[in-house]
Amino acid sequence: MRLLTILLLCLTSTVMARGTYQEPASFINDVFQGSPPKAKRLWITKSLRGTVTEILGHKPSSLRIRYWGKDTQTAWVLEEIGKEKPITVGLVVRDNKIQRIKVLIFRESRGWEVRHDFFTKQFKGLALTSSQTLTKPIDGISGATLSVRALTKLSRLALYLHQQTDFSK
Amino acid sequence: MKYRTLLRHSALIAALTATGLSHAAAPAPTLEELWQVIQKQQKQIEQLKKKTQQTDAKVEATGEILEQRTADAGKASKTTIGGYGELHYNNLETGAGDDIKEIDLHRFVLYFGHEFNERTRFVSEFEIEHGGVQADGSTLDGEVEVEQAYVEFDINDQLSAKGGVFLVPAGITNETHEPPTFYGVERNPIENIIIPSTWVTGGAAIKANFANGISADFAVHSGLEVPTTGGSAFRIRSGRQKISNAVANDLAYTARVKYTGIPGLELAGTVNHQTDISQQSGDGADEATLLTAHAIWNRGPFTARALYAHWDIDGSAIKAADGDKQDGYFVEGSYKLRSDFGIFARYNDVDGVRVQDEFKQIDVGFNWWPNEDVVVKVDYMDRDNDNTSDRDVDGFNVGIGYQF
Repeated sequence: MRLLTILLLCLTSTVMARGTYQEPASFINDVFQGSPPKAKRLWITKSLRGTVTEILGHKPSSLRIRYWGKDTQTAWVLEEIGKEKPITVGLVVRDNKIQRIKVLIFRESRGWEVRHDFFTKQFKGLALTSSQTLTKPIDGISGATLSVRALTKLSRLALYLHQQTDFSK
Repeated sequence: MKYRTLLRHSALIAALTATGLSHAAAPAPTLEELWQVIQKQQKQIEQLKKKTQQTDAKVEATGEILEQRTADAGKASKTTIGGYGELHYNNLETGAGDDIKEIDLHRFVLYFGHEFNERTRFVSEFEIEHGGVQADGSTLDGEVEVEQAYVEFDINDQLSAKGGVFLVPAGITNETHEPPTFYGVERNPIENIIIPSTWVTGGAAIKANFANGISADFAVHSGLEVPTTGGSAFRIRSGRQKISNAVANDLAYTARVKYTGIPGLELAGTVNHQTDISQQSGDGADEATLLTAHAIWNRGPFTARALYAHWDIDGSAIKAADGDKQDGYFVEGSYKLRSDFGIFARYNDVDGVRVQDEFKQIDVGFNWWPNEDVVVKVDYMDRDNDNTSDRDVDGFNVGIGYQF
């Protein structure tokens, strides 16, 4: 009977959305120790659109991007498609360097390894070069090429967008 | 009182500045008139402020609606389409003096996927090889086949199960073979002769992903039906059944463990057990076990790959034909000189059952990615047959491939 109960618990644990590791609001709350500032919006104006398109490899799907900023730190919740589905990623940029990157929602059927710390920790401390690439190459994961690519793009995007805010000074 | 005087003087100066010298000759306005002008301007400023706020609110509302529509469109697209393909040009010469000069649309593949809900999805891969087939199956040297068609269920965050037609989890390229992901126009010969990629099977499988980068797969599926007579007797690749009324007298089992816990590193091992590799008892080809292991190590621009695969097959007939042990390995090093250009060299040693399937081969060449999803490949190959120099092959290959 106990075994059956454990099995049922195991099967019913799917109430959590597939691959939702942290809700975006909870991530922002964590970043600002429970008192996040009011969200701001950065408009992807014509002057930013070209570089954003170059970083993503396609036109941005949003006119503006929401972010939270305090002192020299900004936090972003961004999405990019890996192979078929969008991967939702939380990113924190401080002093123009990646402070934290976390996969919040993973919807793809392959490439799940990118959500783990052993992969995301190599982004910490990276900045943006003048040609909008990361200051160090990211070691990929075989079979997860497209997910790795999506996270790399989003980290470059967050660094670039951070530079466009008043918090990058 | 002082403030009022100062204000009047300021207003006077402002009015003089505003009216300019052209009005210098006109009679000076009274202080009362100037006061009215200032009040009127103040009112206009207030109106403009209000208008700006209204415009901001409208822009904000427009942005929200557009974003909502974009998000809704994303949610609505539960069916996805993708694909890949590759065209090859082979310019080869055999030891017997024959030339092989061919242009071949080797693969044209379309994916169709559908997400029934967050936990249940359909994955498929529809492939036309070598340009397709004629209606009667003649003339064109190709195939039309379903390479994947399965439904996958997430049991929980770590565990998923699938049923249908899927790829056997063995080796490097059987599951991940989009042209931009590997070097060389043609796939390596070990994952052709020993691991018969693309190796498709029908059955059920379960997959577990663990937080430390370890994943495990277990599958029960249709087995190989290796021929025991003719020119392809005991050839593993000829045993693929294509899931077309596939004989299922004797099922097969596959287990794989993979470790990707360090960025850039992949280690994996697979065991595939065929309860009867010919699907017929008493024909001298019985139980068989395939062991494969591979490693991939990527550090910055450098990548090393190595794979070993070995078949151990029971049966008197297959032993007499010297096919009871079939194995091979390759080692490959590649270096990206730029983010869009890389060079590689690969050494392959394969020991199959047919005369032409026993050789050593060196491949060298480059990949150029004009776009991250498009690749142009050029390589030179030199195959040295273990049995006869007539089967030696050397020459170059050129290919273009894509994925989307």
